[in-house]
Amino acid sequence: MTSATSPAGPPAAGHSPAAAPQVPPPRAARARGGRAARGTARPGIVWALPAVVFFGLFALVPLVLVAVLSFTSWSGLGSPAFAGLANWTKLFDDPVLIQSLWLSVLLTGLGVVVQTPLSILIGVWSAGHQRGRAVLAAIFFVPLLLSVTAVSVLWRALLDPNFGVPAQARWLFGDGNLLGSRTGAIAVLVLVSAWQYTPLHSLIYQGATRAIPQVLYQAAAVDGAGRVRQFFHVTLPQLRNAVVTSVILMVVGGLTTFDSVLILTQGGPGTDTTITAFYMYDRAFKRFDYGTGAAVALLLVVVATAISLIVVRLSGYDRMRGTQEGVS
Amino acid sequence: MSVPARTSPAGGARPAAARRTARRSTSAGSAVGARPNYLAGVGAFLWLCVVGLPVYVMLGATVRTRPDYTAGGPLSLPGTFSLHNFVRDFQGGFGRYFLNTVVVTASVVALVLVLVPPLAFAIVRGRGRPTSAVFRMFLLGLAVPAQAVIVPMFYLISKAGLYDNLIGVILPTAAFCLPVCTLILTGTMRDIGGELFEAMAIDGADTKRVFLQLVVPLSRGGLSTIVVFSALQAWNGFLFPLVLTQSESTKVLTLGLYNFQTQYGVDIPALLAAVVLSTLPVLLVYLFARRALVQGLMGVGGK
Repeated sequence: MTSATSPAGPPAAGHSPAAAPQVPPPRAARARGGRAARGTARPGIVWALPAVVFFGLFALVPLVLVAVLSFTSWSGLGSPAFAGLANWTKLFDDPVLIQSLWLSVLLTGLGVVVQTPLSILIGVWSAGHQRGRAVLAAIFFVPLLLSVTAVSVLWRALLDPNFGVPAQARWLFGDGNLLGSRTGAIAVLVLVSAWQYTPLHSLIYQGATRAIPQVLYQAAAVDGAGRVRQFFHVTLPQLRNAVVTSVILMVVGGLTTFDSVLILTQGGPGTDTTITAFYMYDRAFKRFDYGTGAAVALLLVVVATAISLIVVRLSGYDRMRGTQEGVS
Repeated sequence: MSVPARTSPAGGARPAAARRTARRSTSAGSAVGARPNYLAGVGAFLWLCVVGLPVYVMLGATVRTRPDYTAGGPLSLPGTFSLHNFVRDFQGGFGRYFLNTVVVTASVVALVLVLVPPLAFAIVRGRGRPTSAVFRMFLLGLAVPAQAVIVPMFYLISKAGLYDNLIGVILPTAAFCLPVCTLILTGTMRDIGGELFEAMAIDGADTKRVFLQLVVPLSRGGLSTIVVFSALQAWNGFLFPLVLTQSESTKVLTLGLYNFQTQYGVDIPALLAAVVLSTLPVLLVYLFARRALVQGLMGVGGK
């Protein structure tokens, strides 16, 4: 599971284990019949071309263009004009941007802290093969089926100060305007995202738990370890790779959170939940300052990549040889 | 990206043989056969409430009238039963949004199915530097979030005259499905045994025949996963439609929900009925093809 979902795996390209006769790499233009007779028919680079061109056009060209646009000024009409470093100096003078970076990190960190223990518990629990657990796990999965938009709209309706749950439980929620305060808005964003994404991460832990060799539990049981000690001394250490995978997903997902902020808080109250991705949208598509928006986007890519690399480094994931060393 | 065989959240989807072995070996995580874990049971019940209550409110509200919902609050039992909310949603344009979403989803899936299998075939079976460079490019693509390119995408799509056109949504959505789909499908194709290729070669099959008669049929598992993955991406996509379309005639479901909320946010039952409507196809797939859906969703996680 870990190597499967991690983009950090070694790019083992194109070498199949099949022992093909050593022929010089045939050109695509060469006669087909002859090649087939000498060895297995191998596809040329032409097969990859359509996808490469398509991906280049709609993903790589924009990625280069975002860097170019960050040095221009463009209002959406006419052509972008070169503006030098104007966007960048403007950005770093804006306290809202600096705050948005911290806020992105805070929301991501809180997300990791809330979701990781929850999804480990649920994942390990649902790894059991009892019938009841399977049925409940299927229900637990439902939030993940809804789009982020749907989840945000649903929770906004649930938390509506006039028609939602807070209106029915004034003793608990006071005036009921949960999204009206900074703390409340941040808490709602963290909890709603935990509600939706815990199933995904518990699925990762479920798979990892099922891959733990039973020998370890048998050995622990012989040593007299009870259920709790087995959990802490066998299950948790064995889930190490899964934790790294799951945390990287949370970090990348957290830093690029956008839909739920737009729908639940609109970056408010004030700019209290204006995280970086929302800040970019606001600059570019609400204030029509596309140059600044592009600069923020570039910043976002750099920060997200850097943090993922740091997580990989700190955890020693890149040096890890697997959690099952010493198990025969 | 290949998902382990037993990640399905429900046992029902697994083949009977696998289930039997699973039962014979003691369960992972906690020693089965020992006393039942009551504490875990209580925890599971609490989490069931956390997950279930919002879902209950959502489903309950769809059949309730607005006065009933307002008076009774979200959590009370439905006092009325009417399908008026759905009627209202369709009058509000949700039929159109639904159709647009179907068009976008079908086109994205078709594009992915045309582009990815030959690409994965070339990566897995091709020789030399170019193919490994291509694979590395797509691996790097995994790290690029859609937000990063949304500004230049708006620029490009506008310049191409595709702004406010469904094609302008379809193309970037499909492009951003490619890295994950390539990773999934190359994983599946690597599992095809080399001796099968040799057998085809002895038969004198050319590359095209190897692809169509050997690789494609043996990659069905991976193909169904990438279909589900890209369909979910397209169905739930929000950012590209938000930025690249504006008129009523090009609106997709997610955007329709967002607009509905900002404009008629007080009519919560109709809003929640629209949420149910937008999720219905995914729920149906979950009921009938749970395994494929879960694997597609894990593809989402692999992003």
